[in-house]
Amino acid sequence: MDLNTVLLILDSTLRLATPLLFACLAGLFSERAGVFDIGLEGKMLIAAFFSAAAAALTGNVWLGLMAGCAASMVLSAIHGLASITFRGNQLISGVAINFLATGLTVLIAQDWFAQGGRTPQLEGGARFQPITLPFAEALSGVPVLGPVYGDLLSGHTILVYLGFLAVPATWYVLFRTRFGLRLRAVGENPGAVDTAGVSVTGLRYAAVMICGLLCGFAGSYLSTGLAAGFVKDMSAGRGFIALAALIFAKWRPWSALGACLLFGLLDALGNRFQSIEIAGIALPVQFMQALPYILTVVILAGFVGKAIPPRAGGTPYVKER
Amino acid sequence: MTPPPAIELRRICKSFGPVQANKDISLKVMPGTIHGIIGENGAGKSTLMSILYGFYKADSGEILIGGRETQIPDSQAAIKAGIGMVFQHFKLVENFSVLENVVLGAEDGSFLRPTLARARKHLTDLARDYEMNVDPDAKIEDLSVGHQQRVEILKALYREANILILDEPTGVLTPAEADHLFRILRGLKAEGKTIILITHKLREIMEITDTVSVMRRGEMTDTVKTAETSPQDLAERMVGRKVLLRVDKAPARPGKTVLEVKDLRVTDGQGVERLRGIDLTVRAGEILGIAGVAGNGQSDLLDVLGGIRAATGAVTLNDAALSLSGPGSDARARRRAGITHVPEDRHRLGLILDFKAWENTGFGYQDLPKYCQGLMMDNRALREDTDAKMARFDVRPHDPNLAAKNFSGGNQQKIVLAREIEADPDLLLIGQPTRGVDIGAIEFIHQRIVELRDAGKAILLVSVELDEILSLSDRIAVMFDGRIMGERLPGQTDETELGLMMAGMEGRAA
Repeated sequence: MDLNTVLLILDSTLRLATPLLFACLAGLFSERAGVFDIGLEGKMLIAAFFSAAAAALTGNVWLGLMAGCAASMVLSAIHGLASITFRGNQLISGVAINFLATGLTVLIAQDWFAQGGRTPQLEGGARFQPITLPFAEALSGVPVLGPVYGDLLSGHTILVYLGFLAVPATWYVLFRTRFGLRLRAVGENPGAVDTAGVSVTGLRYAAVMICGLLCGFAGSYLSTGLAAGFVKDMSAGRGFIALAALIFAKWRPWSALGACLLFGLLDALGNRFQSIEIAGIALPVQFMQALPYILTVVILAGFVGKAIPPRAGGTPYVKER
Repeated sequence: MTPPPAIELRRICKSFGPVQANKDISLKVMPGTIHGIIGENGAGKSTLMSILYGFYKADSGEILIGGRETQIPDSQAAIKAGIGMVFQHFKLVENFSVLENVVLGAEDGSFLRPTLARARKHLTDLARDYEMNVDPDAKIEDLSVGHQQRVEILKALYREANILILDEPTGVLTPAEADHLFRILRGLKAEGKTIILITHKLREIMEITDTVSVMRRGEMTDTVKTAETSPQDLAERMVGRKVLLRVDKAPARPGKTVLEVKDLRVTDGQGVERLRGIDLTVRAGEILGIAGVAGNGQSDLLDVLGGIRAATGAVTLNDAALSLSGPGSDARARRRAGITHVPEDRHRLGLILDFKAWENTGFGYQDLPKYCQGLMMDNRALREDTDAKMARFDVRPHDPNLAAKNFSGGNQQKIVLAREIEADPDLLLIGQPTRGVDIGAIEFIHQRIVELRDAGKAILLVSVELDEILSLSDRIAVMFDGRIMGERLPGQTDETELGLMMAGMEGRAA
C-alpha cells in the first residue's frame, strides 16, 4: 500500500469515526450519571431526519443542526421522564425510543416530501462543507507532512473537528469540574449525592439532556455532513456500535476516542477493500462490511477484559434508610 | 439560665401507608451531650433521625434547632442547620478518593483543582484536630470499615456540623475500632458538639451516653439519665417486659450419637484447604457450639453438612453414611436424611427477600405432600401453614403476604427458624442465629433452640459471639485454621481460654 492509499483510508476513518464519537460521548455522559441508554441509535436517527428536513426546507444547514439537536433532546426528555421521574426500566424505554424513531422518521418524511421516506438531496448551504485548514495549500509540496496535513487533517466539515474537540472537553468537564464530580458520583452512589444535599434528579436530567444534544450532533452529521440527505434507517446500527465502543473504552473519554477510531477504521477498510485475499483465500465483500459488527460482538462477549460499568447504572434512585 | 436544647422535637408523627413509624414523638437534647436512642429493630429510631436529616418529611410536628423552629424539607436544609448524619450504610462513593467524598456537594467553586486544594488543607486540619488519620488520596474501597466511618464523620465536620447523628455506628466495627470511635466521640463532645447515638446495644449506651431515650413500636417511651439506669432496666423498657439476658436451661441429657464426622476435608477453588481433617460428634439432646473467629472453616463445615459444598471424609447420621460429593449430596438429600440448616447469611441463603413470607416458608419443602395438589402447589395450604408458624414463632407483623425484606432482622430469622425447626430434624445446623437480631428476639430464638434440644434433637451451633456460645452450648469446640483446636465444657472454661484457642494457641490443658 502506498502512502496515498493509507491516507485515503485514514481520511475516511476520521469521517466515519465522527458520528460514533459523538454518540459514544453522549452515552458516556448518560451512563456515567447512572442512566443506561440504548436509545442512542433512535436519537441519532431522528436527529438525522430533522436536520436534513430543516436544512432542505430552509436551505440553512445550521438551522438543520439545531432542529436535529432539538428532536434528539425531545427523545432524551422522554427517556428521562420514563427512567428518572417515573423510575421505569431504562432498557425498555431505550428500545421504545429506537422503535419510535425508526417509524416516525419515515412516516414524516413520506408525508412532507413524498420521496419514499427520504428527504430531497441537500446541496450548497444545506450541507456542511469541507473546511480547508490554513497553510494546507502552502504545505502541499512538503513530502509526507504536506499530504498528511493537507489531505488527512484538512478538508473535513466543522462537525468532524467539533467531534474530536469534544473528547478533551468531555474529559475536562467530567474530571476537572464540580459538575463532573457530582455527575460521576450520581452514577456510582446516588445516595451519597442525595445526602450531601444535591439533587439526584437534577443531575441525571442534565446528563440525559447533554446526551440528547450530542446525539443530535451525531445524527445531523450523518445526513448533512457524511451524506447529502436523509434515507431510511441511515444510522445503520451506529448507535449500538457507539455503545460497544463505550464499553470497550470502559466509560473513559480518551479511550472512547481510541475505540471509535478503531471502529471507524474497520468501517473504512470495509468500504475501501471490496474484496481481500489473505493467504490465498478470498474474503467476500460482505465479510469486510460485517467487520465492525463482528468486532462489536467480540468486544461485548468480554474479550476486552473486565469492564466495570458505573455501579448505580440502570437502577432508578429510590430513597432508603 | 440554661441554654436552649440543641435539638427539640415536638409531637413528630410519620406514617408509611398503614404503618405508623413515629407516633407523637417529643424529645429534647441539650448541647454538648451524647444522647442515646435505644430500641429494638423497627422501633422507629432510624425513621426519626431520617426526618431530622430531611430524608423523610414528618406528617406533623415541629423541629427546633438551638431553640428556633426550623423547616427541614431536604438534606441541604439539615446541613445548613448544622446537622450531620452518619448512616448505618455509608453514603460514600466507593471509587472516589477520601477528599472527593468529603468535598462532594460542598464544593466552594465550579472548578475542581482549586476547590480540592483548599479542601485538602481544611480536611488535614480537621483530621489533626480530631485525631482521625485518613489519607485524603486513598480510595474508599481500599479503606477498612472503621476508616470509612471516619470519612463520614469528617464529611459532617467539614460541613461544620454541630449536631452529629450516628445510626448503629458499631454494627460493622471490630471491638478495637468501636473503642476508637468512642474516643473520637468523647473528643467531639469536649469540643461542645452534640451527638445522637442510635443503637440497640446496651453496653454502648451505658459506656458513652449522658442521657438515653427508649423507643418502642414507634413511640418514645422514656428518657432517663444514663447514670440512673442499668442494662437490665433499659432492656425491659425497650422490650416492654422482663427480659432474660442469660439463657435459662436445664443440664443436657445427651442420648445416642446422631452425627459423627471423621477426617472431613475441603479444598476451595483456589486450592486452599479450608477444612483440614475435622473430627466431631453431636449426640441427641445436646448442643455442640463451634467457636472461632469468622473465616476459620466454620462456614465450610456448615456448608458441607448442609449439602451445599463437596468434601472428602466420612460423615454418618444415625449410623447411616452420608455421601459428601456427587449425586445424593445436595441440600435436598440432607433434608430427607433429617438435617435442616439455618444458614449464617440469611439474606443470601436463607430467604429470597423479594418473595412473600409464605413463599419463603415453603422453600426446600415445596414438594411435601401437604403443600401439593397433584402437580400443582397448594398455595392456600402453604399460606395457612405459614400463618400458623408465624403465630407459634411470634413473627411480627403477622402477615404471610408481606415480602421477606419488609420484616426486621429478628423476624426474618424467626421465619427461617420456624421453617427449619418445624421440619422436625434429627440434626439442626444453625449459624450465627442472632446476628443482626434485637434483644427481645434473641431471647426467643435461644429459648427455641434449647426447647429443640430438650426434645431430644442434636444441634450444631456456629457463632462468632462468645457470649452466645458460652450460654447456649453443652459442649464447645474451638475452630482455628480449618482444624478443631480442642473441646471444652462451658462450666470449665472462660472467654480468655477460648479466646486463646481461637487465636490458634493450645489454651490450658483440659
